[in-house]
This record gives sequence, structure tokens and C-alpha cells, in this order.
Amino acid sequence: MRYTNTGNKDTRSGFGAGLAEAGNRNPNVVALCADLIGSVKMDAFAKEHPDRFFQCGIAEANMIGVGAGLALSGKVPFVGSFANFVTARVLDQIRQAVAYGQTNVKICASHAGITLGEDGATHQTMEDLGLMRMMPDMVVINPCDYNQTKAATIAAAEYNGPVYLRFGRPSVPNFTPEDQVFEIGKAWVVEPGTDVTIFATGHLVWEALQAVDQLKELGISAELINIHTIKPLDEAAVLASVAKTGAAVCAEEHLIAGGMGELVSGLLARNQPAPVEFVSVDDKFGQSGKPAELMAAYGLDAAHIVEAAQKAVSRKR
Amino acid sequence: MKDTKALIEVATQVRRDIIRMVTQAASGHPGGSMSSADILTALYFNVMEHDPKTWTREGKGQDMFFLSAGHISPVYYSVLARSGYFPVPELATFRKFGSRLQGHPSVRKGLPGVHEPAGSLGQGLSVAIGAALAKRMEKDPHTVYCLTGDGECEEGQIWEAAMFAAQHKVDNLVAMTDWNGQQIDGRVEDVMGLGDLQGKWEKFGWSVIVADGHDMEAVLEAFAEAKRRQGAGKPIIILFRTDMGHGVDFMAGTCQWHGKAPSKDQCEEAMKQLKETTLGDF
Repeated sequence: MRYTNTGNKDTRSGFGAGLAEAGNRNPNVVALCADLIGSVKMDAFAKEHPDRFFQCGIAEANMIGVGAGLALSGKVPFVGSFANFVTARVLDQIRQAVAYGQTNVKICASHAGITLGEDGATHQTMEDLGLMRMMPDMVVINPCDYNQTKAATIAAAEYNGPVYLRFGRPSVPNFTPEDQVFEIGKAWVVEPGTDVTIFATGHLVWEALQAVDQLKELGISAELINIHTIKPLDEAAVLASVAKTGAAVCAEEHLIAGGMGELVSGLLARNQPAPVEFVSVDDKFGQSGKPAELMAAYGLDAAHIVEAAQKAVSRKR
Repeated sequence: MKDTKALIEVATQVRRDIIRMVTQAASGHPGGSMSSADILTALYFNVMEHDPKTWTREGKGQDMFFLSAGHISPVYYSVLARSGYFPVPELATFRKFGSRLQGHPSVRKGLPGVHEPAGSLGQGLSVAIGAALAKRMEKDPHTVYCLTGDGECEEGQIWEAAMFAAQHKVDNLVAMTDWNGQQIDGRVEDVMGLGDLQGKWEKFGWSVIVADGHDMEAVLEAFAEAKRRQGAGKPIIILFRTDMGHGVDFMAGTCQWHGKAPSKDQCEEAMKQLKETTLGDF
């Protein structure tokens, strides 16, 4: 394997580091938080730039609106909370004030997915990618580790337009290059292969890397592509890879409904039909538990990716 | 800057525009447009420091206005056109396919004068607060204005925004409420009573002014008072007492005309009551 874990870190801390750096690079970057500064890792920015940080209290709808007002006035606001509270809870505010209004607001969603863990289903959103990608003109980014999240945050600050940036709570392997430049909308081929393509996003990329090794032992050459940008999807990369491999697995910490897998399979159906298997959650809410326990119980780990890849390969004509 | 007499004439023309736009479109919201006509006429033709020629969506170096109650777009479009943001004849395109004058204000059609879309209620005050914060950060001494409806104050986000503005001492913001007492389903007090609206805003930490929204002298004095109160660490709101449908007798004081277009005959009758002005119809 070309990529090794340089030490577990949480992706939200990658966001915090990226926000602090973006704040130093651009004096127009501002941040807003709804009573979760420490959890969302906005503390470094808030400490370094108190005049550019706005505590909004437990009032997310207003936070989105204030962010939009700052953005249309030339600021680059990062508004942050737990993923559920900056998506489902404020969907209409995002729709009108950010997406339809084309305001340069960065919606920063921590504790996304089932790996939020013990807090349980009320806080574990697995619908957010779908909700956000349905918004016209919204860029949707779901990075896979600390380094990529940091780079993605800096890229989001430089991009002019609404961005949804999703990251998580648990410490997970940090394996992508520290000095990477994050290119929005450009898929990244992590491992080349010939028999099946694994499209993975977020925490599932590391799991997919483990799966690639296990599949090699089973005689299957899997190509791993990191879809860090769900929207705009790198359609050329998806089509080129599946043209070569002829089968696909889509792995994400999200419901099947609205997820990256639907996007990929829709693209393939319209252009070059191929068998696709999903490693994602089918129409279920989460529950309390440790992140790793939940990932296994909901079928979101390397073992399930291996199984799905074998099935996809067997379905090839 | 126009004097009271001239402002009254503009407001009459704005009301003629509203009725004619809504009649021609056979849809739209005349009731709240009519109740807000004097307020917005005073704002755009006397109170605000603004210049349509140098206007940008960012609003730097000018006062900014945000309409939160997006459905009263007829009054907004009329006032924008009459103060030079776009050609007056364009009012005839209101709600038509391809028009810049969408049913509810949009920023996607390139209509000058509109900073942010509105339509889904309760959101504009938050956006205006964000714009006011940006002005404060930029040391731009201009004021941000925002108009909400009174029925709109049933939205929880209004009160989130109220708390935020007081907490952050957003004192370069003047909010206004078109307090006409009516909403789609009936009188506000019957649908979801606001109780002591003035007391509510005061208890939320705002500096509150109450004024007659159809007495042009009183409207101007309320804005002057708001100006005097700026910079004192409190957000300001003017509660304008108004009548829905004000200016046409069969439309006034009822919720019937919240979102209904007059017939051609009713439009003609309204035109008799709203005397022609020197400004001319679109």
C-alpha cells in the first residue's frame, strides 16, 4: 500500500486548522457558530480573530441568514454546527438565502454520519449529502481524513460560491499527503486497478484502502477512487474508470437515498451501464454505540466493501 | 430628497402602480404592498442615502434595504423603478415569463436594487443583520434597513434574529414592521396574536419607535428619530401602524386583498380613488 496512517486524527480538527489558515490568508474570512465552538473546532479561529467571529447561540436559522448577509456584503463566512443542525434543521434558510441567493457561504458540518457514535440517531445525519446536493449550484465536499479536510477548507475559502463541507467526530487514520492541493470537483485515483472500481468518500476511503489489499489476496484488482467532491461529480473520472473495470462499488457513510452512489449509478445508467453495488445505509436511522461498532453493524467497513466488490465482479457479463 | 407633498404624490403613483401591476398579472399581493407604500416611498425618496447608478449587490458606501416580506414585491418594484433602478415601463412585465420582476424578488435575473431573494418568510432580518455587521467591520457608516410584515413575526427566526442583534449590539440597523394587523387567514390577533408587540421588542433589547405608517410627516419623523438613536448600542425597530390595502376603500382594512388581484372593473374603480399624478402610469 502506498498510503500509510501517520496517526489517527479527527477530520473536524483538519477543518479547524484549515479555517485558521484561511483566516490568516484572507481578512474577509469570518466564522459563525451555534454554541459548539469546541466541538466544531472553531476555537483557534475565534481566539485569533475575535473581531471576525460571531457566536450565534442555539439559533441555527438566524446563523444561516446572518452568514448570507455577511457574504453578499463581501465577507467569506464559515457557518458551523453539527451536520444535522446546519442541513435538515435549516434547509429552507439554505435554499433561499444561500443557494437561490448565490451567497458565498460555507456550510461547515461536523459530526456527520453514524460515526458521531454515542449521541444516537437524533444527531447522526445520513441524509445531509442528498439534501445539500439537491440545491442548485451548491458544491458538496466530503473529505476523507485530517489532511484532506484541512486542504478542502482552504480550497472552499478560495472558491466563490456556496459550499457544503462535511466532516466527522472520531479520530480516524490520517493518510493523505500533508502538502496536498485540494482541487474541487477533481476525483483522486488512490489506487489503480483493473477488475472493479471502488468509489469512496469520507471515512469510507480508509476502509476501502484496506479492502483493496484484501481483494488483491483474493485475486481481484480493485481501483480506488476518492470522490471527495460529491458535487460537481467528476463524471469523466467515473466513466473512464468504469470503462476500464466494468463494475463499481460506491462506499459512503450515508443513506443510499440521495447519496454519492445514486449519483454514480445514475451517471453510469445514462452513459455506460455496469453493475454497481452500494456500501451505504438502506432507509434506516442510526443508534448509540462506538463508531467502529456502528460502522460494522450498518455494513460500512472494509469487510463489506470486499463483499460488495466480489458481488459486483460476479455480476459482470 | 423630496418634501412631504411630493412624497405623497409619489406614494399615490406607487399605489396606482401596485394595483395596475397586480391586475395585469392577474396575481400578486396588493394588500401589504398598499400598506407599505408610504413607508417605502419615504425611505427611497427621502431617508436613504443611495444611488441607483453606483448601486451594487454588496452595498458598499450606501444605505441598504432588505425586504423580508418578499410577497409585497409590487410596492418594492414600483419604488425601485420610480427611484431609477430600472426603467418604469418594465413594471408591466411583473410576474410574466422571463421577467426580472419575479413574483417574489430574485437576485438571479439581474434586477438592480435587490440584494437578496425573499419570499419564504422570517429570513430577511437575519440577512440584514449580517449586512449591518459587515458595514460595522468595514467602518462604513451607512445604515441597513429591513421591512417585515407583522404576520411574519410569527416566524421563530425573527426572534432568533432579535436576540442576536441585541446581543451583538447591531446599532446600525433599522428594522421596520408593516403593522397592518392582517394576514392571509384573517386578523393577526385571531390567527396567532402577537400580543404586546412593542413590549416584546423592548424586552428583546431593541429601541422601539411606534408611528402612523400613513401620515407622511409622522413616517419621516420616525425615520429621523431612528437616525438619532443609531450608534447607541441597541438595534432599532419602527412599528408602523398601517391598514392593509390602504388607499382604496373597498380594499382597506381587510385580509381579503392579501394575495388577490382586482378585476379590470375593480382596477378602474381603484384608479378613480387614486388620482393620476404628474409622474404618469407605466
